[in-house]
Amino acid sequence: METKLPQIKRLFAAFAVAAATAAGSATWAQAADTEINLYSYRQPFLIQPLLDAFTKETGIKVNTVFAKKGMLEKIKAAGDNSPADAVLTVDIGRLYALKDAGVLQAVKSDVLDKNIPAHFRDPDGLWFGLTSRARVALVSKERVKPGELTSYEDLADPKFKGRICVRSGKNAYNVALIASMIAHHGEEGAEKWLRGVKANLARKPQGNDRAQAKAVFEGVCDIAITNNYYMGKMMTNDEKPEQKKWAAAVRLTYLNQDGRGNHMNVSGAAVTKSAKHKDAAVKLLEFLSSDAAQKIYAEDNQEYPVKPGVPYSKLVQSWGDFKGDTLSLEKIAKLRPAASRLVDKVGFDEGPGS
Amino acid sequence: MPHPAAVADRPFARFLPARLFPDRWGFATLAVALFVATPLIAVATIALTPAPEIWRHLYNTVLFGYIERTMMLIAGIGLGTLLIGTGTAWLVTMCRFPGRGLFNWALVLPLAVPTYILAFVFTDQLEYAGAVQGALREMFGWRNRQDYWFPEIRSMGGAITVMTLVLYPYVYLLARAAFLEQSVCVLEVSRTLGKNAWQSFWHVALPLARPAIVVGMTLAMMEALNDFGTVDFFGVRTFTAGIYDVWLNMDNISGAAQLASVLMVFVVVLVVLERMARRGQRYHHTSTKIQALPSYRLTGARAALAVVFCALPILLGFVLPASVLVSYAVVFFDVTLKANYLTITLNSISLSLGAAVIAAAIGLVLAYGLRMGAGPLPRAAVRFASIGYAVPGAVLAIGVIVPMAGLDNAIDGFSERVFGVSTGLLFSGTVIAILYGYLARFLALSFGTVEAGLGKVSRNMDGAARTLGASPIQTMARVHFPLVRTSLVTAGLLVFVDCMKELPITIILRPFGYDTLATFVFQYASDELFEESALGALTIVAAGLIPVIILSLTTLRSRPGHAGGDRA
Repeated sequence: METKLPQIKRLFAAFAVAAATAAGSATWAQAADTEINLYSYRQPFLIQPLLDAFTKETGIKVNTVFAKKGMLEKIKAAGDNSPADAVLTVDIGRLYALKDAGVLQAVKSDVLDKNIPAHFRDPDGLWFGLTSRARVALVSKERVKPGELTSYEDLADPKFKGRICVRSGKNAYNVALIASMIAHHGEEGAEKWLRGVKANLARKPQGNDRAQAKAVFEGVCDIAITNNYYMGKMMTNDEKPEQKKWAAAVRLTYLNQDGRGNHMNVSGAAVTKSAKHKDAAVKLLEFLSSDAAQKIYAEDNQEYPVKPGVPYSKLVQSWGDFKGDTLSLEKIAKLRPAASRLVDKVGFDEGPGS
Repeated sequence: MPHPAAVADRPFARFLPARLFPDRWGFATLAVALFVATPLIAVATIALTPAPEIWRHLYNTVLFGYIERTMMLIAGIGLGTLLIGTGTAWLVTMCRFPGRGLFNWALVLPLAVPTYILAFVFTDQLEYAGAVQGALREMFGWRNRQDYWFPEIRSMGGAITVMTLVLYPYVYLLARAAFLEQSVCVLEVSRTLGKNAWQSFWHVALPLARPAIVVGMTLAMMEALNDFGTVDFFGVRTFTAGIYDVWLNMDNISGAAQLASVLMVFVVVLVVLERMARRGQRYHHTSTKIQALPSYRLTGARAALAVVFCALPILLGFVLPASVLVSYAVVFFDVTLKANYLTITLNSISLSLGAAVIAAAIGLVLAYGLRMGAGPLPRAAVRFASIGYAVPGAVLAIGVIVPMAGLDNAIDGFSERVFGVSTGLLFSGTVIAILYGYLARFLALSFGTVEAGLGKVSRNMDGAARTLGASPIQTMARVHFPLVRTSLVTAGLLVFVDCMKELPITIILRPFGYDTLATFVFQYASDELFEESALGALTIVAAGLIPVIILSLTTLRSRPGHAGGDRA
């Protein structure tokens, strides 16, 4: 009987429900944290296994929306009414921009403090690193001898002229790397270095990280600068076996192992100031830093877990131990605008010979 | 009130004192135009915070590079779409050669293909590891890159090629409609006066079709200006790339908004310049004598050339991407199917349909308002509102979210105070935000189409209706609406197809858990994993096909006295 409501009545009922939901989302939400709204800079298909595990454990449903830009402005514009409870990012730059915009709230959690080493989180608990990743060199097994390339500084050495491939200097990962060079060498030193790297490029910066490894395989260049986990993803790609060939052509090389260590970045998370489901949001962060979740990150994504004691994936272990640069992530984030300007100044993206 | 027709015939009439202040129609037009233009105004407002250090930096480094590359890009695309769009339109309207009937409608097909998908397919096929170079290496025994030369696909040339292939249908559709409408008499006169077929084309048909062709080229060039995904993919750093860089890497949204405002001013200047160049020229039909169009029968080499010229854009712009997508979709269909395929398809279609209806209706209101003799202020507001098409989508999305969330918060605060109930984000947290964004972005498409349609309705009709006692509203409902129905449908279809492909606005403004085909494809494409989402991409193309074919057939039928022609 109820299913045969006249159109008008059904429409009215729909409006009533919609109105109640709209009103309820703000007023009754505090009562039961049965769900949480998450803004994600990471692609949903990458994080879904983790979120599913979280829902299974806690019964809290996670609504996500994925975008690469504009979320900060969206949170800011909505103010107290913003529905977002937490944000997931792929690099330190976004975390810092959110903090700088004043849309995050401090989280005090013993679990998070215990699971995440201090240099991977904000001192005030505004953001937390969940995984770390290294920007490494993938060098041609045939054309680059072991020991020939050992540091980022080497990349500017004229002996590598015409042998380096890298994506756009404006990519967030490269901007962070260049920011770390500014932190270590000053702006002038970093500029000189970047000019050197540009002169050594084999082609105009283009494509994504994997495309650089592919270019080494194709013989376009000998050295590719990429994030470490792409190597793992190419090696294990059963659906596109050609990527295994790209990976087989290169050797993963950590840089500056005799000095400050390899440049590192983090993917991380933060709780928004306007969070309506703060407890659930903190629970999600705690879950993501737990052994179970950190293991999924390590095994599925080939990233480095931040939690001490969680083993790297077998594959990552096969690349050997390495030393990561412990330079403050916040310092890197603050130098991003300077790094981006440097890319413009040396005309990095115009490629070699320009 | 002066007779509308009289106003139109005496350009100075609009400067009479009575017309300085908008009348009721003027106010209505102004209000609607400002409503649509609010996101643009919001962007301009964000730009008010000074960012001198950004400009100093850009001026000293990359600004002129951005400008130069942007100019090259739009010049290339303008020229390319002009050449392909006008050339093919002329061939299929005026000449007879094998396959003409097929080309007639198939030439519109690339419009259904999102640019980023064509860009991916092109790169996939033409880069070193792609099928084309692989085959060449096999054939000639080349071993590696050093053995031979091949053009770099990730380049300015690649970007222009790909965008031209997707955008030329705008010019084709409009040019073909213009050619179809031309009275045969003028062409006959030109032939009688000793011009040959080519000369008639250059000196008579082309100038007569100029306004239509220019509208098509403007649309294509505006689309090129707002694009980021494709040029980024090809490694071409244009003005839009600069806007995003200042915004996201230099953390300076005011600076980015200033750059976007410069872009808007640039478009306004372009549009005004073109209008000035055309001022004083009128393109009315001098004769209503319509008869079957002459058909120059092409034979031999000429026919073969015509076939190649028409077939190439279809093959490259549609057949190639569609077949590549099909081949991927066969392997990777499960990824898309697992992701609530039906829901996201329905989301895409219902959103696009909603936007199409709204945009066509508002386009009609604005075009009619201007026809009623709205003064210079409403006129300027309408022109301004339609440059949203040239603004990078993500920037426009911020322009939507800021005022809309402000309104939401105001309503929420009021309701909280008065009723003690929080209303939350009534608009900005729902799909209404996306629809508004689409309207702000695609008004140029719907308004331009409807305005052109209305322009063809003789002013005498208005006069007659009014003399017979009909009010302006009645005149619109009973005289104009039936006459411009085809234009309205065309406007709606164009907006529909573009909304199906739209990405930056959708992805930023959508609510939690809400996906469309475009956002679904993007989550893979942003990692250059196109294959996984091929079925989604293919569905965008397929859903665009039906409207695109209808579009092609409606303009074809619009010729009075032509096969099945009716109105106008």
